[in-house]
Amino acid sequence: MTDFVNFALYHAWLIPALPFLAFVLIVFGLRRHEKAAAATAISLTGISFLLALGVAGAVFSRPELVEKPLVYSARWFSMAGLSVEMGCLIDGTSAMMLFVVTLISTLVMIYSTGYMHGDEGFTRFFAYLSLFAASMLGLVIATNFLQLFVFWELVGLCSYLLIGYYYYKVSAREAAKKAFMTTRVGDFGLLVGIVLIQTFLGTMDFVELSGKLPAFAKEAPVLLTTIGFLVFIGPIGKSGQFPLHVWLPDAMEGPSPVSALIHAATMVVAGVYLVARAFTMFSVAPEAQHFVAYLGGFTAFFAASIALTQREMKRILAYSTISQLGYMIMALGVGSLTASMFHLMTHAYFKALMFLAAGSALHALHGKADIFEMGGLYRKMPWTAAFMVIGAIAIAGIPPFAGFWSKDEILVMTKLHGFTGLYYLASVTAFMTAFYMFRMVFTAFFGKENPENHPHESPVSMLVPMGVLAVLSVVGGLVGAPFVAKGFGYWVRYGAYHHPEFHADVAGISVLLALLGIALAWTIYGAKKVAAKDLAAKAGFLYTLSYNKYYIDELFQWINRVFADGTGKILYWVDLYIVDGIVNGLARLTAFAGERFRYVQNGQVQHYALVFFASVVFIILLSGLLGVTTAGVQSGGVAG
Amino acid sequence: MNFNLLSTEIATALFGSVLLILSLVTGKDARRGLGHATLAGLLVLLLITFTQYGINSGGFSGTWILDDYAVFMKQVFIIAAILVVFAGKSYVEDFTGNCNEFYVLMVFALLGMMGMASAGDLITLYVSLETMTISFYILVAYNLTSGKSAEAGLKYLILGALSSAVILYGMSLVYGAAGTTLFAKMPPVSVASPVLLLGAVMLVAGFGFKIAAVPFHMWSPDIYEGAPTPVTAFLAVASKAAGFAAMLRVFLGGTPVAPDNWLGIIAVLAAITMIIGNLVAIPQTGIKRMLAYSSIAQAGYILVGLMAADPAGVNGVLFYSMIYAVANVGAFAVVIAVERATGSDEIAVFGGLWQRQPLLASVMTVCLLSLAGIPPMAGFVGKFLLFSAIMDQGIYWPAFIGFVMSMISVYYYLRVALVIWRDEPKDPAPIAVESGMRLAVMAALAVTVVLGVYPAVLSDLSLAAAKSFFGM
Repeated sequence: MTDFVNFALYHAWLIPALPFLAFVLIVFGLRRHEKAAAATAISLTGISFLLALGVAGAVFSRPELVEKPLVYSARWFSMAGLSVEMGCLIDGTSAMMLFVVTLISTLVMIYSTGYMHGDEGFTRFFAYLSLFAASMLGLVIATNFLQLFVFWELVGLCSYLLIGYYYYKVSAREAAKKAFMTTRVGDFGLLVGIVLIQTFLGTMDFVELSGKLPAFAKEAPVLLTTIGFLVFIGPIGKSGQFPLHVWLPDAMEGPSPVSALIHAATMVVAGVYLVARAFTMFSVAPEAQHFVAYLGGFTAFFAASIALTQREMKRILAYSTISQLGYMIMALGVGSLTASMFHLMTHAYFKALMFLAAGSALHALHGKADIFEMGGLYRKMPWTAAFMVIGAIAIAGIPPFAGFWSKDEILVMTKLHGFTGLYYLASVTAFMTAFYMFRMVFTAFFGKENPENHPHESPVSMLVPMGVLAVLSVVGGLVGAPFVAKGFGYWVRYGAYHHPEFHADVAGISVLLALLGIALAWTIYGAKKVAAKDLAAKAGFLYTLSYNKYYIDELFQWINRVFADGTGKILYWVDLYIVDGIVNGLARLTAFAGERFRYVQNGQVQHYALVFFASVVFIILLSGLLGVTTAGVQSGGVAG
Repeated sequence: MNFNLLSTEIATALFGSVLLILSLVTGKDARRGLGHATLAGLLVLLLITFTQYGINSGGFSGTWILDDYAVFMKQVFIIAAILVVFAGKSYVEDFTGNCNEFYVLMVFALLGMMGMASAGDLITLYVSLETMTISFYILVAYNLTSGKSAEAGLKYLILGALSSAVILYGMSLVYGAAGTTLFAKMPPVSVASPVLLLGAVMLVAGFGFKIAAVPFHMWSPDIYEGAPTPVTAFLAVASKAAGFAAMLRVFLGGTPVAPDNWLGIIAVLAAITMIIGNLVAIPQTGIKRMLAYSSIAQAGYILVGLMAADPAGVNGVLFYSMIYAVANVGAFAVVIAVERATGSDEIAVFGGLWQRQPLLASVMTVCLLSLAGIPPMAGFVGKFLLFSAIMDQGIYWPAFIGFVMSMISVYYYLRVALVIWRDEPKDPAPIAVESGMRLAVMAALAVTVVLGVYPAVLSDLSLAAAKSFFGM
């Protein structure tokens, strides 16, 4: 057992390498063998999961790793003043992430064998999933910013491929493009930040940086804050923070398992993880950190307020993801890495569960997405309904479900660190979360059946992964509960260990708000005591604003039309008549010169000999001109 | 007398002689076996070279130098030879007539190249140079039934003799002025006489011929086109690398010709070589002529590294020689395969190659991208090393010309790729790829991609070799 644990610890690079191997095998050998492809992907990712367990075990047996991460790496390339390595950084945080990512990936793959059954691109789907998992795992173990960035981009690429999986659908293509380009805005900021880090601090290595940053913060606080903002633009894009969240709901065009993977375990939490990795930097750049906190808090509230009125099941879940990511970002901003990572983990469980359950429902209804066209699904799909309810309770924050403990930790930390405004905002968000989740549950899974629908329960291959996640959604939060000695916060932390304390007031209020939210949802959508339409009419303006997602998309389009298209038109003119003129002129000149020189080459050997000797004479004259042959004379030298 | 310094060369000479006897006593049908024997022998030679790293000493009164630099260069030659033999085996088997000495001549050319990399004085250098060149005279004319090949051989002989004469004349001037043939004992330029420097200028011209630098390049397109394609590949890659190996020894190994104004001459050559090579490559319609001009342009890039005249520059030259060798032989290997299948070397016959043989299409595309210097192919790293070496010295214009010309080169390299991937094949019949060819192109593909993504494997080695060159 110890052997395996040590093996896993020192071969952690295998964890991303194995899914990558699966990708290569599927692409180059198993394109036409569906069963073999799925088996390869699942088994290799499964082995990665076992290794991740081993790494976690290693961290447990060597608590010093939490403060002094184990780093081993190979040099990737080097040049004067820049040496870049690729390697593994193992500490509590990365071990936890490895566990979560491999677990969710494996479960999603198993689920996909049922969900994607009979799909034309079955093997392509598994190839992409494997590559996606590999990229995310490579990102998790990154030892420096550049390695992280490389995998960050790979994750972006994979999400593009997966969102656009149904490439023959226009909406899927558009969504894929939108996701790729929106996150690209963030990537650009991140890249500039990374370049600045390398320029001013001389290293991109996380461990070295943590040594250098405190001194640097005293020398150049403004610069460091700037870098902090720039780096944070990356997570704004990737983790769907306001105002770059617009791609995330559209990303629902991908198959449901993809949504589960992207929104629960991988892509979107990459941004949160990046901030956690760069936590040393944010902890010494208070302005940047406060910005992180307030943006996170605002996003949490903002996205929840949109989710209140959405009608499509996966869209509601998408906005809830944005909102929950806001919580995680906010937790980092208020200075608690533990709370953020804890919520990341529990969120991965219950959000993956809900997306898979949603996928199961959509699968049964052949893609019907509007929750108001569903209804009473629990009769035909008891398991799916149960799983969805478990997920909803978990996200609403009802004890002892997983979401309660992590959300409570965030609320406590926000309050304790003096962000009272954010604390209230987050509490209200918790209320809204409970409301919109149960609005969806009551509408879609309970109430009257829609006679047009003929749902059926999903196959076992889909139910089992959901079952595992459901169990984790119930009990997964206990590892970080206040009554556990050396719990989650002991292993995943930054700085000294603080045992989480139970604050009855914070917990009480949040549970009360959550229950109120559920009760309200029941009144309106379960018991239908109040008609939703009347409410919508009364809150007319607010309702329209929320339903149309605050017109952010329209705003971007307007900006695009006016500024981008306008500038584009001017530049197009410049391009057409000035740049093209120059370029085409140059090209013509080049071609002309090429033709001329070509005719010098006439195949006559005496001609060649003549040119050769003429050139010798020419070069001798040239050297005289350059003063080469007379150098000795000028310096008064004589023949040696 | 430390014969260990000569162990690679002795092994090569013995191997060549054995091969010669074998080729005399066997008939035409044994040619395939000879090819295999050559491969085996070359692989053994490659293994031997690995034992020679770290020796770093000279011998035989300073006429022979075995440093890591020499070993690295020898590996470039041997690897090029191995790839050429793999790719060219069936081409050679197609020759009519009882002419089994093809591989023997290759091995002796290889021996000459090795001597050029290790030469410590002018005499050793000249003898090695001629060993290589004379072997090539025969190889170029090897296709007896082809008038083009014979013409190319004759042209190469005449022009090669001219260049030898210039080199020899330059050498005698240098010897006359310096009183020694040893590079290490050449007087520093500050006290060198004009005569010595005049001699050195003639050496530049002579080596300029070998590496096909403009304006001494006129021979190369005709000869590349006329020679049997495996010979062209070997000539374009190994002979050129050997020329560079010797040039570095002459101009950077001793003291006479390193100062700034010397670099002026090299710089002018580098600049016009990059410009003319790339420009003239554009209108070419034959793939071999296009690759000939492209390899002229590549010599221009490498000259930039020579111009830097420091370990970083030499590192660039070494690294680039290796990856240029691999990518160029890869491209020529595809040309060989397509030429054998279609009987033509026009670019147009590559139309729709991806439908006929996806492997060859991919290899060609990757190799051309590498030659163009597009990341993540190895060629990008090579150009990066070469140009950053000169830019680190605060001299920007050669790198600037290099960048602009690389951009222009993308046009003619990708035009081939365009034909491969866009056009419909005239004859959709698949092209067969036999196992040796498959190995050669896959190796070229793998090396080009792997070294592009993870260059440290090779650049660590080449940097150590470059440092050994300066005795560091």
